[in-house]
Amino acid sequence: MIAHSIFFYTFSIIAVISAIMVTVSKNTVHSVFFLILDFISISCLFIMIGAEFLGMIMLIVYVGAVAVLFLFVVMMLNVAQQKNQWFASEESSKHIPVGLIISTIIFFELIIVIGGWKYKPDLFNLNNAVNNYSVSNTHSLGQVLYTDYVHVFQISGMILLVAMIGAIVLTFRQRKGVKTQSYLKQISRERSEGVQVLDVETNKGVKIDD
Amino acid sequence: MTEIGLGHYLTLGAVIFSIGIIGIFLNRKNIIVILMSIELILLAVNINLVAFSIFLGDLAGQVFTLFILTVAAAEAAIGLAIIVVYYRNSGTIRVEEIDKLKG
Repeated sequence: MIAHSIFFYTFSIIAVISAIMVTVSKNTVHSVFFLILDFISISCLFIMIGAEFLGMIMLIVYVGAVAVLFLFVVMMLNVAQQKNQWFASEESSKHIPVGLIISTIIFFELIIVIGGWKYKPDLFNLNNAVNNYSVSNTHSLGQVLYTDYVHVFQISGMILLVAMIGAIVLTFRQRKGVKTQSYLKQISRERSEGVQVLDVETNKGVKIDD
Repeated sequence: MTEIGLGHYLTLGAVIFSIGIIGIFLNRKNIIVILMSIELILLAVNINLVAFSIFLGDLAGQVFTLFILTVAAAEAAIGLAIIVVYYRNSGTIRVEEIDKLKG
């Protein structure tokens, strides 16, 4: 139990510090790296308390895909070179106290809710409670995911498809002056447009350049 | 102190949530950091769901964390695509200079 608390405090302190650094650091690339560190430490916490599948998925999806996407966009947009100071102008520094007030209010509201949390005694007798530890986390998650939540699962697949198509459509750009094949034009070409049949008289030839 | 319970995880989630909200207000540099703050907020929600799921023994929280992960990935992809298109059209993604709608 002491090891549990040591690991919890280590990973959570790393997570909180890197979350602060994400918002505070001046260079955007650094904040992407701190976001990666944050996700890694939170996924370590997930693995530690027994949600192994989600921890691994979080490593793959966030660290492997989303953070690399962020890095790629930062690299492409050339914003890392913009050495902007935080409190750039008078107008921006007006927002900061408002943000601090709102977030501290939200934090203390959450703390009040957490402090007043009590278990209902019959809460543990839920229907789909998983109490047997003979099956692994991944196994039991799959048993629930493909039976009870199969429609939601399909809808999440549709969301990913729509996001993919939307991202492609948004960033697709047709450049002018680049010679490309147009398959539609090639396929829809008729014989009458391409070929002309002429009667050629003897010793006269055909005038082409009309 | 030594016994790590549900409250510890919920407090961690609350702290990360608040840091994400501070990040949205504090960061007037570029939109990408605001998107990252939104990712932090979603991460805090995921911590809460997984902690409840583990400590109450109900697997529904982890399933919904999976769906939140899906939606977060889709949201990041769409948001970054919009940022790329905006940068291509206007040449800046600084928050102060994005005022075409005069809001």
